[in-house]
Amino acid sequence: MSEQKIIEIEVLRYNPETDQEPHLELFKVPFTDDMSVLQGAQYIKDNFDGSLTFRWSCRMAICGSCGMMINGIPKLSCETFLRDYYPNRIRIEAMSNFPIEKDLVVDLSGFIEKLESIKPYIIPREPRTLEQGEYIQSPEEFNKYIQFTSCINCTLCYAACPQVGLNPDFIGPGAMALLHRYNMDSRDGGAAQRMELVASEEGVYNCSAVAYCSEVCPKHVDPASAVNINKANAAKDYFLRFLSPKGGSK
Amino acid sequence: MSKRKPYVRSMDGWWKKNPYFVEYMIHESTALFVAAYVFILLVGVVRLGQGEAAWNAWLEALKSPLSVVCHLVLLAGAVYHTYSWFKILPITMPPVIVGGKKLAPEVLTGTALVVAAAAGLALLALVWRIAL
Repeated sequence: MSEQKIIEIEVLRYNPETDQEPHLELFKVPFTDDMSVLQGAQYIKDNFDGSLTFRWSCRMAICGSCGMMINGIPKLSCETFLRDYYPNRIRIEAMSNFPIEKDLVVDLSGFIEKLESIKPYIIPREPRTLEQGEYIQSPEEFNKYIQFTSCINCTLCYAACPQVGLNPDFIGPGAMALLHRYNMDSRDGGAAQRMELVASEEGVYNCSAVAYCSEVCPKHVDPASAVNINKANAAKDYFLRFLSPKGGSK
Repeated sequence: MSKRKPYVRSMDGWWKKNPYFVEYMIHESTALFVAAYVFILLVGVVRLGQGEAAWNAWLEALKSPLSVVCHLVLLAGAVYHTYSWFKILPITMPPVIVGGKKLAPEVLTGTALVVAAAAGLALLALVWRIAL
């Protein structure tokens, strides 16, 4: 049998009850090649320190719970493997640009509020009764938004966005991608309501096209694209009000 | 009583913490190179307005070794600026649909770079002909 491999995992710890600020703590974790970073954290919790706090659920990159900074890069810890870092040390930290609640758990309440604010549901273009039947959509119409439906709300894009860190009120990449998803849906008629938010102080113009959000997105949603397309949409909306008798959105 | 005390990390020096952000700052700052060249051309316009002697002095100044080195540095900055912006072109423009399919990002970036290079060369050829 081969010798047991040990990897050093440095964890950013923060206990709100006792700490003034976060600090790093080092653990030496025995691992096998099939172990993810999440399993490394679980090993620490089970064997070294039961108070280590982190979020996780599905272990297969679909629930979006286990995001963290792994050597400074926002990643889902369930699909990041210890073997890819060994023999070097790994540092895991709570996701950047969010307040740390405890250890690797961040305060997501701001994100949840942003998610609610974009009205992430279909506001029917034309209300139909059950008797009138379903809303018909062509494959072309479907293709316009399908990519933006893949978001799992893991918020890695927020951890990747310096503008979110600099202005926590910025609606941010993930929620903006979902907003775009509904605006692009042929069944939806809520674009005018959502465009107010797009063009607002909290809206798309906070984005300076760093585009790291799209780089780290585990589901290839390309939120940077959604944000930037809406810069053009908001500008179009603004200028159209001078031309169209009905005007753009407010 | 709530024991919550969320800790907000400082953003000081954020751009130094990730190579991706360092590159972002470099490509953003190359805009200053483009602005510097605009300034050089503006000075030329002002000198032209001041008469023939001033204009010729400006032309002479452009031929100095310092000016040539300066031009090469500014050219390098402008080329990198062009490249880096066309690299993110696919995310900054609406999707281009051809034959029912979205054009690949590499195609958009590649096309833009080829067009920019062709336009640059055409301009150079035109100026060359006028100069000779």
